[in-house]
Parts: sequence; structure tokens; C-alpha cells
Amino acid sequence: MERSKCSAQMIAELGISSIDSLFEDIPREVRIPGLKLPAGMSELDLIRETERDLSTNQPASRWLSFLGAGVYHHFIPAAVKTIISRSEFITSYTPYQSEISQGMLQAQFEYQSFMAELTGVDYMNSSVYDASTAIGEAVLMSHRIARGKKFLMSRSVSPERKEVAKLYARGADIEIVEVAYESETGQVDLLDLESKMCSDVTGFYFETPNFLGPLETGCKEIRDVLGEKTMVVGVNPLALALVKPPGETGADIVVGDAQVFGVPMSYGGPSIGIFGCKADHVRKMPGRLIGMTKDAEGRRSFCMTLQTREQHIRRSKATSNICTNEALLAVAVAAHLAVLGRAGLRRTALRNLENMRSLSKRIDAVDGFDAPVFDAPHFNEFAVRSSVPAEDVRKSLLDKRIHGGVSLERWFPELKGCALYATTEMHSQVDHDRLLAALEGVR
Amino acid sequence: MRYHQAVYDVPLLMEECDGAEQSDDLNVGDLLPDELVRSRLNLPDLPEREVVKHFINLSQMNFGVDNGLYPLGSCTMKYNPKVCDEIAWWETVAGLHPLQDAGTVQGALALMHELEQMLCEIGGVDAVTLQPAAGAHGEFTGMHIVRAHHESRGEDRREVILPDTAHGTNPASAAMVGYDVLDLPSRDGCVDIEALKATISEDTAAFMLTNPNTLGLFEKDVTEIARIIHESGALLYYDGANLNAIMGKTSPGAMDFDIVHFNLHKTFATPHGGGGPGAGPVGVKASLEEYLPVPRIVERDGVYSLDHDRPRSIGKVRAFYGNFGVLVRGHAYIRMLGGDGLERASEGAVLNSNYLKEKLKGIFDMPYGDLTKHEFVLSGNPLKQKGLRTTDFAKRLLDYGFHAPTVYFPLIVDEALMIEPTETETKETLDSFVEACREIMAEDPEILKGAPYNTARRRIDEAKAARDMILSWNAYEKKMADDGAGSR
Repeated sequence: MERSKCSAQMIAELGISSIDSLFEDIPREVRIPGLKLPAGMSELDLIRETERDLSTNQPASRWLSFLGAGVYHHFIPAAVKTIISRSEFITSYTPYQSEISQGMLQAQFEYQSFMAELTGVDYMNSSVYDASTAIGEAVLMSHRIARGKKFLMSRSVSPERKEVAKLYARGADIEIVEVAYESETGQVDLLDLESKMCSDVTGFYFETPNFLGPLETGCKEIRDVLGEKTMVVGVNPLALALVKPPGETGADIVVGDAQVFGVPMSYGGPSIGIFGCKADHVRKMPGRLIGMTKDAEGRRSFCMTLQTREQHIRRSKATSNICTNEALLAVAVAAHLAVLGRAGLRRTALRNLENMRSLSKRIDAVDGFDAPVFDAPHFNEFAVRSSVPAEDVRKSLLDKRIHGGVSLERWFPELKGCALYATTEMHSQVDHDRLLAALEGVR
Repeated sequence: MRYHQAVYDVPLLMEECDGAEQSDDLNVGDLLPDELVRSRLNLPDLPEREVVKHFINLSQMNFGVDNGLYPLGSCTMKYNPKVCDEIAWWETVAGLHPLQDAGTVQGALALMHELEQMLCEIGGVDAVTLQPAAGAHGEFTGMHIVRAHHESRGEDRREVILPDTAHGTNPASAAMVGYDVLDLPSRDGCVDIEALKATISEDTAAFMLTNPNTLGLFEKDVTEIARIIHESGALLYYDGANLNAIMGKTSPGAMDFDIVHFNLHKTFATPHGGGGPGAGPVGVKASLEEYLPVPRIVERDGVYSLDHDRPRSIGKVRAFYGNFGVLVRGHAYIRMLGGDGLERASEGAVLNSNYLKEKLKGIFDMPYGDLTKHEFVLSGNPLKQKGLRTTDFAKRLLDYGFHAPTVYFPLIVDEALMIEPTETETKETLDSFVEACREIMAEDPEILKGAPYNTARRRIDEAKAARDMILSWNAYEKKMADDGAGSR
């Protein structure tokens, strides 16, 4: 039935004169005379206008990009889009009614399985917003595991993420104390870590690879220094296809961003926060967990579990306020990893590693450039030092339609002239040649 | 009409390959030191064809708005126009890196700036941040703004008050920001003004309220509430989960709220994706703008940039600038509907809700209110007399092809059924829902106890899931091995 006819009939059946009667309970003094917004438009006009409005953007498909710093340009197989565009997935709500939501529940269980295996932890939740909020939640969870007013954090973690973690910490009156990195290797300075340990410390967060590029080779030593304190490790899950997982070196909590698996960059969001932990801590975890069980006929089934940790039941005593998470992206991650498969995933990771090795060598050979700045193993991102200011390099590359590395001085005054370059499987030899030619031209 | 959901026994991905430990001859020895090299990685290796079949079959065992009525109260499960999803996949949206030079993302910044302005108009506020990733994250942001505001005045207010009908995220968010939470008992389903006066003190930092509230009732005394709150020096926070009821009729700003969050995945039709991603922009009155998270999008002479230099800002609530891929969908929806269209949407939501309530009143108890807004709450008490619970009814609804309403919330209604049909459903759909409710109430109670029958699975044992704690393939394998060892 046509909409207006529909409405007229409902109004008649309600015995009211018009729709206005249904808003009688809104007092006069708070009424507004409608919305001062432009008139609506057709789908076609919307597409035309939006296309025009967005045409000034220069995406990575048009300009060569070496930007990373937490968000990465990776290939997404077409099948991933097909899968997460299924309207049964995309238009469903949180699977409170499990019997009619088995598809989403099993897909999220598969996500938890993939991420638990990759990171080597016992339990993985079904996502938080992004890596930065995952770290914030980890700080709060460390506080639930052991009381204390200080949380240690490596200086070499992402500054954006650290700012977010500080805000989360502020709510619980926890102070974030910085731990230095070794200037040679860019890795955690163990002596500084030791000197900052005290009874008031609840835990320590570091990343591998860290924000500056180096992978951490001292995880075992860090574990020893920490003793019983909570060890929180941030990862790039793609690197874990080749690198020993933090679960094997004693991490209590593992966080990170799974955007690298099938999620477009989308100007930094939505991405998907990884949050996993050891079995002992599972009841202190934030976020949704999907568990396997059976139905009345004994068939394998899935449902949300340990919900008594969550806000809709525990309210102010919940482990977190999180409700909406990144469920659809968890499906994307699972689909992406499944399409790549174990072998494809490892080949992709190797390609990143090889590209990093080759690009850093070539940049290092250019006069006035030094790469990588830190003497440590890297994955797909590394710092470059130039004799001319990093900002000049960036601008010179922009003129050649290249998004160059992120300047590091803004956050790390000690890294004068340094910029962070990321290279992934998206870069061919030709792309590297183009960057090199452009850098040669910077004087 | 009966419904039958597809039923597949889709094995786990790890079961679809033979599960044997694989190896490969990739040589990483030259590129990584030995102590960093991973020794084992147990992941499936399947042809793309099998992977696609796996997930498509799973999707068919999932119910979304596109399948039928999804009347989850307070979740605003309206139809999501498909064009919005398409725009989110454009390269000029999906292919942008957050640290690109501002000169190469002018379109993105302009779009976000415009969305901020449109939300200011809808919310009656002076400034909006798009950064929070979800409604609860918006509350978290808003409570930090509350804290920053009081701290800047040298005041250490420790308490946040909220009605007992509040969404669970409200108390959880306030607690995460360090506040003690005080529950205010309702009177006839609305804020009890006398109780509020008795509870409020110089320790009150904020009062959190959604209007219409979770019973679907418009808090008529909202002006008086605002006066009491402001006189005590506290701030008034608007939970925007129920904004779909009032667009163009009133606004949080007109009701004198100081801080408001919007749920783009509810009111502005961005799809909920099985739980997310969403977006929870926060709007504030001018006096609070300086506390909004950094960076702020600023426009000068038609050029947009990101301003990080805001010394009084609360800081950052997440990395970068918000869920841009969701924001573009909300932006497209608002542009397509326009101001009048949004007002019509709210009218439709309230009309549908009142029509449905009128039809269901005779079947269930209706403890609160005659005139409700976009949603209403029934009590499943009549079920109790038959030895049934609201859950049994909710599960039986699934057999009729309707998603169940929100159940057992708000907590002040016994056996609650919270129903929000939204404006995008037709009268025919609502009538068929009423018919289904009537039929179910006439059925043998034993049928309801065993429901559902027509979904991919029968009643699921949630207690077993909590007992077994099988949350991954690895945990499942281990349990199988342990059980095998035990039975031997």
C-alpha cells in the first residue's frame, strides 16, 4: 500500500485527527519549527553531488603512498567484499537471539579462532573499536587484575594510541609512565623498565613491531623484568604469519588492529581492535565473547557467552561500557584470512618483509638518506633519516604525487629529520623506482 | 504465515580442510633472526570457492532487517538505503589514509564538516565531534567533557545520576570515567522530580537522560529537570539512542541539554553489521566546545584543515577522526531525506509505534503510558499465568519470521517486551505481526516452551556455553582431546 494511504488509515484507526496529536506530549516551550536543512534529493542526484564533492580526494589508488603508522594499504580480494556485503550480515543487530543469528555467531567464532591462533593467546573477544581503545581497555583490565596506580608504556608506541590510552587511564586515576627505548635499536630499554618497576605498577605495554618499525627481540627479558605484572603486547597481526606470537613469550593481554586483514583504510575508520588474553583473566575481559554450545536437538550451535561481564547486565560494575563493536569487520577479517589461506597469508607477509628490506637498502644508498634508522629486525615499516628536514622531503614528494613517509619529529623531537615509511605487497618494483627517483631529486 | 530459515551444517573452516598441520618452504631465515621465527601456524588452506560457499551459507542462517521486521526496542532497526553502502566502498572514501596531506583530502574534510553542521541543526547544539566509534563511546566522551568542565572550575564532583530506566551503557560509561553512579527510581515511568531534588547535591556532576525515555514516554517535565540540574551546577547529558522519535519536533538543545550523542547506526540508517561498526558523534553547547577531542576540523576561506592545538581538549578518544566509512553513510542518508524527510521519518516512527501499541494492548499488559513515542514496553505477565516467560514468546516469534523485541529491559517492567517498529515498516507488516502475536498467545503453552522450530537451530543452551568456554577452534580441539582421554 502506498505510504500516505497507509498513514491515513492508521491515523483513522487510532481515532486521532492528525499525526500532530501524537506529539501533543511535547511541551510548547521545547518545540522547534522543523529543521533548517537542505531539501532532500533523489538517489541519482545524491550520487552525482557526492561524487563531485569527493573528487578532490587523492586515494592510494591514484597517488603512490608510503603512509602507515597504524593504518595500512593492503590488497583485499573481491570475495571479501562479496561476503561482507551480504545483507543478512550487514543489516542484522547484535546476535541476542542466537537461534536466528547462527551465521553471524559462527563467523565471529571463526574470527576469534583465527586471531587466537595468530597471537597465541587462549581467548580472543569478538572485537573492540580499534587498537587505540584496545590499549585503553587493556590498561583498565590490568588494573582489575592487580590494584595499583601506575601503568608503564614504552615511548616507542604509537603516539595517537598512547593519547587514547591516557584518556582511558584518567577515568581510573591511573598514571601512564613512559619507558625509554634504546636509541641504537629502537627497542625497549630494559634498564629503564627495571628502574621504573615498583609495587604501584599494574603492567607494561609495548608493541612489536613498534611505532618506529623495530620488532622486539627482548620479549622474554621483558617478561622476566615484569615478574607477576601484566604484560600487554601490541601486534601487527600480519607480521605474526612469520613472527613468533606474543602468547608464546608470556603475554597476558594481546592487542592490535586487524584492519590489515580485509578492511579498507577509510581515512582511519572503521578499523577493528584485537583484544585477547590468557585463560586466567577471561572473566576480567571487556567486550563480547562467542562460545560454542548445543541446541535442544544436540546440534553444534553458537551464542554470546559470559554476558554477566557486560554493561546490559552488570551496568556500572561491567568490565567495559562497550556495546556496539566492529562485528561486520570481524567477518571481513575471517573471510580475508580464509581466502588467503595459511600459505597465501605467509606469502603476503613475506612480500612485506622483502619489500621493506629492499626499499630500506635502496633509500640508504641515496645521498643524504639513512635507512633504517634503527639497528633491529623490522617488518614492513621503518624510519628514514634525511639531511634535509623531513617536512621538505614530504612536500617535494607531494609535488610528484607521492604520499611520502610520516614525519616523526612532531611526536619525537629526538628524531630530527626522521620519517616513517611503510611498504606493503601493494608496491611493485616500479613503485619503489618512482619513490627512489623522487628522493634522488630532493636536495 | 510461517517462516523457514535455511539450515546448514557448516563445519568450521579448520574442519573443512583436513586439519593436518601444514608446512611450507618459505625461507625467512635471511630476513628475521632465529629467535623471532614462528615455528608453527595452524590455519586453514581452502580454495576460494569453498570459502565463499562457507560464508554465504552462514549468511543464510542470519536474520537482518532486509529479511523482515526487526522490532528491537531502543535499537532503531530501520531499513538502510543501499546507496549509502555503495558510497562507502568508493575509492575516494575507502582508499584514503588518515595521515594524508590535508590538501589531498579536502573532499573528506568538507563532507565531515558538513555532517557536523547538519548534526548541530538536528541536535540543537553548537559544535559536534564525529570521533566516537559508537553510542557508548559517545557517552564515554561526553562524561570526560563533564569531568573536564568541572575540573576547570576547580570542582571535584563525584556522582552521576541516571534514571532506573537508563540504557546499561549509561552507568557503565559514567563509571569508566571515574564517577559513582546513582540510580533514580522512576515515578509512573518518568523522572520523579521530588526524588531528583532529594538526590541532587553539590557532588552531582551530571544527569543522564534519554527523551523519550526507554519506556517510549516523553519526559514532559524536561524543562523543570534542566532547571534543577543547572541550578545545582551539574550538566545534563542526552543519550541519543531514542532521537528517532523527535527529529524536527524538538531537539536536545531546545530541551536545554548540554551534551548529546547521536547514534548514526540507529537514527541515520547506517546498517548495524551484526553489532558494528557504528558511529557516535557528540554535540555540545558552545561553552563546552573547547573540551571536544582533538583534532577539530576547521574551515578558513573554503580550505579545510585539522587543528590539533586545543589546549583544553579532553584529548583523544580513539585514533584518527572517527569511523569515516560510517559517517559517509549517515551523511548520504541525511542529504537524501533532507530536513522535511527527517521530520517525516520521526512522524512515521511514532505513528507506527502507536498503531502497533494500540493493536497489542489487548493481548499484553501495558503498565506505562497511553501516548508513547517511537517505542513502547509491554509486560509479558499474561504469559506467566500459563507457566511461560517472555523468552518463550520471543523465541516463538522467530518461527513466524519476525525478530523478537528487546526483552527483559527496561528492568522496571516485569517480563518486559520493548517494541520499536520504526518508520520503514508498512501497515501490512505491522498487522501481520499483530496477527502472529495473537496466534501465538492462543497456542498450546508447550509449543512455546519448545520454540523456536523453524530457525537454523532449536533453543540454544547458553549455560553450557559458559560452562564449556569453547571460544575458538584451538579450545574446541583441546576439549575434544580431553574428553577423548577421559572416556578412554
